[in-house]
Amino acid sequence: MKSINLDYTAATPVDEAVLEAMLPYFREHYGNPSSGHNLGEKPGQALEEAREKVAGLIGAGQVKGSKIIFTASASEANNMVVKGLIAAGKKKGNHIISSAIEHFSVLNQLKTLEKEGFEVTLLPVDRDGLVEPEKLKKAITDQTILVTIQAANPEIGTIQPIDELSAPAREKEIPFHTDATAAAGWIPLDVEKMGVDMLTLAGDQFYGPKGTGVLFIRKGVRLRPLIEGGIQELGLRAGTENVPAIVGLGEAAKIAAREMEERSKKVASFRDRLKESLLKDIPHLHINGHPEKRLPHNLNISVEFVEGEALLMRLNMGGIHVSSGSSCTSQALKSSHVLQATGLSPELAQGSLLLSAGKDSDEEDIPYITGQLGQVAEQLRSMSPLYHQYLKEGKDNANVQ
Amino acid sequence: MPMYSEKVMEHFTNPRNIGEIEDPDGIGEVGNPVCGDMMKFTIKVKDGRIEDVKYFTFGCGAAIAVSSIVSEMAEGKTIEEALNISNKDVAEALGGLPGNKMHCSNLGADALHEAIHDYMEKQGIESK
Repeated sequence: MKSINLDYTAATPVDEAVLEAMLPYFREHYGNPSSGHNLGEKPGQALEEAREKVAGLIGAGQVKGSKIIFTASASEANNMVVKGLIAAGKKKGNHIISSAIEHFSVLNQLKTLEKEGFEVTLLPVDRDGLVEPEKLKKAITDQTILVTIQAANPEIGTIQPIDELSAPAREKEIPFHTDATAAAGWIPLDVEKMGVDMLTLAGDQFYGPKGTGVLFIRKGVRLRPLIEGGIQELGLRAGTENVPAIVGLGEAAKIAAREMEERSKKVASFRDRLKESLLKDIPHLHINGHPEKRLPHNLNISVEFVEGEALLMRLNMGGIHVSSGSSCTSQALKSSHVLQATGLSPELAQGSLLLSAGKDSDEEDIPYITGQLGQVAEQLRSMSPLYHQYLKEGKDNANVQ
Repeated sequence: MPMYSEKVMEHFTNPRNIGEIEDPDGIGEVGNPVCGDMMKFTIKVKDGRIEDVKYFTFGCGAAIAVSSIVSEMAEGKTIEEALNISNKDVAEALGGLPGNKMHCSNLGADALHEAIHDYMEKQGIESK
């Protein structure tokens, strides 16, 4: 049976060259980087090389006194930012600014903090998913200790104007963090141009191994470690480093930086052709997210009158793998907070599909994908009360808020 | 994707009795798009028995399978028997449903009961 992955946002396979780079660090150079003897030397060097490669991907190579800290996930890095900053208590205040479409590793922390008495401002987004810099500027108070806004949204792909958003925070010397997990490896990132003090990324988004996260920290930002113990990672994250995984992350970052232009062009071309093909052949489709300012591999559509999990399951039977923002596909049984924040109607949020391409996505598969989705949409619509209501009344539910 | 039983997958893949009865004796609608599942059942009743059941469903795999099996379970039953079909019976007939789907998607029996109550009301039959 065919197997077509359109869910690379969930996972990318480890690149051949990345795996090759990792292998010697399992058995040959298995030493502990903290050791004072010879066995620790090679792994120790490998860690530093990986740091340089990651720094290269985000333009941090020449940023004096900055740190690249390896964590086990982007979620951990995001937790380090919020919890670590509060624990360090350098800047006094109880107000944090973020956006309504952040990842749960940011939002859930903020929810907890609110219960503990913190003030949290979640900036709204427009229907394309953009945060307005003017709104951010107005939200800043003398109590604000952190602003955290994602570089790009993993679900609808919208890319935020981070340089404009960070400017008012920088003016007031408020630390600005960006979660660049979805963006890293796919669009150029430069911590200087973006004006960020901290940046999160994860290797598994760009053909590195799972369990690899990074936090970039600019000089002058003080954080307390989440995990205390030894003085690994400059005392900011205790525990023996996962050397093979970090080496893999470094290699993936190096390749991503080198091949970004080519990769982005290729996935964007696949995405655009897929979009055109779907819109041409399937009626009542809606595109979610920004028309231009979006990740090159991201396409988010809503199939009107049907529900996402049913679409996902039927597509899966035809060997096509996608994800959905419907309630039924989430463990919490709530439809995507991102789509809700853009003001999408509940019907359309339930029928949303995230189609994310990878560097090996093949344009020759597009007719098959379109054919399958068209067929599945038709089958499910034929049994949908919303569709039959539409046929009777000609009432389109799409714009009901 | 939740782990569905073979029976759920079978009904989801080949749902029975899809449609809407013209001039039905009873109509039952439950759910809404916000929660993610909607069902509309229509029934035809003859001599106190459910002669025909059809439905339209907007919802996840579980919701579609539930609608399908409820339509099968109800057909040919007296209205009293059909009113005794519980959501639990439906889940059991499907070989179980994932825990988080028990409440949100298991609306089939409710929709059927609504349709029967609608029929009874139209006929002036008192609910017991």
